[in-house]
Amino acid sequence: MTTVTNGVNVQALLDAREVLKGAPEAAQFTWRASAKWQSGVHSQIKVQSFFGLGEEQNHKEEWTFEADHPAVFAAEDNGITPIEYLLVGLASCLTGGIASVAENRGIQLRSVESTVEGGHDIRGILGADSDVRNGYNDIKVTFTIDADASRQEIEALVAQSQKRSAVFDALTNPTNVTVEVA
Amino acid sequence: MPDARAPRTQGDRVIERTTTVVIGAGHAGLAASYFLSDASIDHVVLERGEVANSWRRERWDSLRLLTPNWQSRLPGLRYAGPDPDGYMTVGEVTEFIERFAKVSLAPVRTGVTVTSVRRAGDDYHVTTSHGEIRCRTVVIASGACNQPAVPPLRDGVPASVGQLTPLRYRDPAQLPDGGVLVVGASATGVQLAAELRRSGRPVTLSVGEHVRLPRTYRGRDVLWWMDSSGVWDQRYDEVEDLTRARRLPSPQLVGTPERATLDLNALASMGVELVGRWAAVRDGRALLSGGLRNVFSLADLKMERLLGTFDEWAKASGCDAEVGPPERFAATRVPESTRLHIDLRSGEIAAIVWATGFRPDYGWLDVPVVDAKGRLNHEGGVAGSPGLYALGLPVLRRRRSTFICGIEDDAREVIDHLAQYLSVRQ
Repeated sequence: MTTVTNGVNVQALLDAREVLKGAPEAAQFTWRASAKWQSGVHSQIKVQSFFGLGEEQNHKEEWTFEADHPAVFAAEDNGITPIEYLLVGLASCLTGGIASVAENRGIQLRSVESTVEGGHDIRGILGADSDVRNGYNDIKVTFTIDADASRQEIEALVAQSQKRSAVFDALTNPTNVTVEVA
Repeated sequence: MPDARAPRTQGDRVIERTTTVVIGAGHAGLAASYFLSDASIDHVVLERGEVANSWRRERWDSLRLLTPNWQSRLPGLRYAGPDPDGYMTVGEVTEFIERFAKVSLAPVRTGVTVTSVRRAGDDYHVTTSHGEIRCRTVVIASGACNQPAVPPLRDGVPASVGQLTPLRYRDPAQLPDGGVLVVGASATGVQLAAELRRSGRPVTLSVGEHVRLPRTYRGRDVLWWMDSSGVWDQRYDEVEDLTRARRLPSPQLVGTPERATLDLNALASMGVELVGRWAAVRDGRALLSGGLRNVFSLADLKMERLLGTFDEWAKASGCDAEVGPPERFAATRVPESTRLHIDLRSGEIAAIVWATGFRPDYGWLDVPVVDAKGRLNHEGGVAGSPGLYALGLPVLRRRRSTFICGIEDDAREVIDHLAQYLSVRQ
């Protein structure tokens, strides 16, 4: 059997799955982001700490993201729009999932590329038509994958990555959201 | 065991003694009894109702077995009727199991409800509605479908909408006029959706992960392929994800004289509206997953893989020429747009049918062998308490265990283990 090297430590994930089966409390994670208004519709978001495996954890460094709107929204375009961050999350989640599932199934990947498009009727956020929703009407992800696998196996990778994707679930299923003033 | 049968009194209670108590007189309990008799092991079969009780009282009128008649086999009893490729009605299944009880002379006591089984030293103490029994071994054959598994979503459904589970469902006339939301696309879900649609009602089917199968493949019943190709022979300890295999929804099959396929494309052609998995209720609105397309893909791909293994087996086993040419089926059609919510207060949906699965009821089992999710801990039917056994659960010892024809090997092996246990203890 040839060794597959997609760079995913699948054994660690499988081990974690076994351990967490008997320790659901350790599986409770809290992800965090802190945002600070800059000016206009520009904000800066920092991400570093999170909670998991029963204790406070940290990314190895603090990551900073800029969110703004482009000039067609009469803004300064200091960063991508918030709704584009959802596409960033979805694409990266599915891509990581594909690499993990491929590793687990012994499939060598050579390249995985995707484009993500979200259809958005902005009359919703502008309040121009109350029948139009604020968020995406639909999202389409298209993968181009080069791997040592049949088309069917590649389709199965993509299907399985959706099945186990946190962001796919967060976008396709409702989540309770609480927003309050501290 | 000189006085095995002699009743013993404890205080003013009479405690009967036997070697093995079998709980349930369905196909599994009766098969256990068959092999216990074969091994001359003294036993009783306790049945809360009548023989084949759940088939008599907890199945809908139009139901037929998913397995063809020729697969209806029990130890020493085979289908011998005129229609080997047909599917038994509920009445025929009941008669078949009844006949098995008679010819195998099973010591069944009907109308006896077990209220508790607990450990008593090295024995088990069984409390029933008709007295107490002390025994050395117990075989749990009380079924896998005692209770409907209805998600907590039910609590958010407005009172104006009727709710029904398949255990209570008999026929469409039972439901109020108007639209029906069927939740779950297992064999039960697709069958009830089709039947309700044919009754003239608007039907919406909420579809999560499901198992798609054609009724026939290359001219043979798809379950002939499962049986012959060895898929059903896979043992529980060879299954990669056993928990998942045991929880898998039943395949989208129906037993009809026409041997028709009842997949989601067939339902859509009948006018059943397909929507995503029901994820939440908010303010009287059912919120449905936008991931429908992927559950279609998963099921289509799995079916293709399975058909591929059938083709490989046919080639390798040399039966390629005896069956039809390989077939491939159209992908599940994705509706042009799928609704992401349904207003349950609008009157559109008059009733909800929960085809969301079943679970066994072990409320009477006072032995710590049931996990937090209500599932019995067992290794191929050998439960995690000495002398305690189970039969008649999905993928108990092999994939075939889920079906009636799987009970013969399972019961033989489990009762062998039980007999071994008794002989070692003596």
